[in-house]
Amino acid sequence: MNNYKKTAFPYIIWAFLFIIVSLLMVFYYAFTSDTNTLTFENFVRFFNGSSLVTLLQSLKIALITTIICLLVGYPFAFLVSRMKFKYRTIALMLVIIPMWMNFLLRTYSWVNILSRNGMLNSLLDIFGISKVDIIYTQVAVVIGMVYNFLPFMVLPIYTVFDKMDHSLIEAAYDLGCNKYQTFRKVIFPLSISGIISGVIMVFIPAISTFEITALLGGNKTNLIGNIIEQQFSVVGDWHYGSAISVVLMSFLLLSIVFNKINLKIQNRKIKSSRLELDGENYE
Amino acid sequence: MNKFIRKFYIFLMYSFLYLPILVLIIFSFNEGKILGKWESFSLIWYKQLFSDKEILSAVYNTFLVAIISTFFATVIGSLGAIGISRYRSDIKAIFMNINQIPVLNPDIIIAVCLMALYRSFDFSFGIITLILSHIAFTVPYVVLSVLPKLKQMPDELAEAAMDLGATPTETLVKVIFPYIKPGIISGALMAFTLSLDDFVISFFTTGNGVETISTLVFSMVRRGINPKINALSALLFLVVLLLMIITNFRSNKEGKNN
Repeated sequence: MNNYKKTAFPYIIWAFLFIIVSLLMVFYYAFTSDTNTLTFENFVRFFNGSSLVTLLQSLKIALITTIICLLVGYPFAFLVSRMKFKYRTIALMLVIIPMWMNFLLRTYSWVNILSRNGMLNSLLDIFGISKVDIIYTQVAVVIGMVYNFLPFMVLPIYTVFDKMDHSLIEAAYDLGCNKYQTFRKVIFPLSISGIISGVIMVFIPAISTFEITALLGGNKTNLIGNIIEQQFSVVGDWHYGSAISVVLMSFLLLSIVFNKINLKIQNRKIKSSRLELDGENYE
Repeated sequence: MNKFIRKFYIFLMYSFLYLPILVLIIFSFNEGKILGKWESFSLIWYKQLFSDKEILSAVYNTFLVAIISTFFATVIGSLGAIGISRYRSDIKAIFMNINQIPVLNPDIIIAVCLMALYRSFDFSFGIITLILSHIAFTVPYVVLSVLPKLKQMPDELAEAAMDLGATPTETLVKVIFPYIKPGIISGALMAFTLSLDDFVISFFTTGNGVETISTLVFSMVRRGINPKINALSALLFLVVLLLMIITNFRSNKEGKNN
């Protein structure tokens, strides 16, 4: 049986080189200067400069995007999961198909819709409402992000609804819960794991994007991703660019750890509430 | 009333998801250059698209990179998954955690890591680094889709094959591969679509004027809006839709035959 351990060798070499060594190289660049000497200068520069404000700005926009995706996507996932089986597969396919199209092209299309002489303003013009300038603002960036990342929120939440044990919901009704109570005490707690993976899947790309800001935010909105991009492709300061990447990475690590803890607590809560239920039954 | 609100909500969501795509397709047939302003029906942008060498070479590069990297990622990932599944569970856990790093990391971090790696080896950026990067970021997804299939496979199957005199290689080819084939195929499909759709990693790790569709669109949009892009997106969408319908039709047929 152990013969097959060898088949993993190409993979192990690959993982070592492309994951571990490449990560270490970024850390190496982040903690050194042009003269290859150890320094914390890059980080000092980051935390004293305007980049810190940009990081907070990125956090804010990523949070807003995540919250909108959750508020809009949760009911949508719920409604899709309640469709008849025949329609459900099609409904789900229709969510996935746009993701198959190059996302830059789809994002670029919003320029047509939101620009000063675009479709939205022509529509508003018909109704006699004055033109709105959305394109190249933060609002446009948030619209672009919600548009791109919404499926990442809908799909995991849908999966949870789809796998949900319907006898639990029926039991809640039988035991006298009304619709609202059933939702609050049974359906919502059971869907939390889906919400958490949805939130991670939206938040992480949202905080690190630079292409959506570049297309829809013009030069006015800069996010942390744009600063990293500029360091590598315009300024050519690899050390500072790597340092910002390390800061961004530590942020993501924190959010992942937090979510793992959160998931554990939720699991425990569900378990303990089940125990309580069992206890009540025995009394 | 309640039912109406639900249907309306679903309708709104799909309009939101499809509006930009529809806009692109409709305006690809517009004669004028100004977006959002319909002039008359014309195929002029499609004509220009097919005589634009820059765009055609980007389409060629995109598919070349996707095909080559999918092949290597599928081979490395599938063999890797088979190997990993034989290790002790604590070692396996370490591998899986390392495997998760590129899955969880945002694209821009992966791209920066790969750039740092190439630079420290003095690699010049071009089609080779582009292909290497695409292999690098798709392998973990292949591993993740093959491993569950291996878990499902009873150990006795491989043992029985060897008891009956099959060599390990024969067992691998005749027993293990057929069993995990669905996992390999879905892993390969995932690698292919990820590679086709990638922008961020390509943007950072390409060089020497090698462009993919994504990087070309990005630079075109930055230079100014160009209706040729609309024509390109409409065509790509059509291709994707056709592929989806064909695969769906085939799987339906297979399902019925079974």
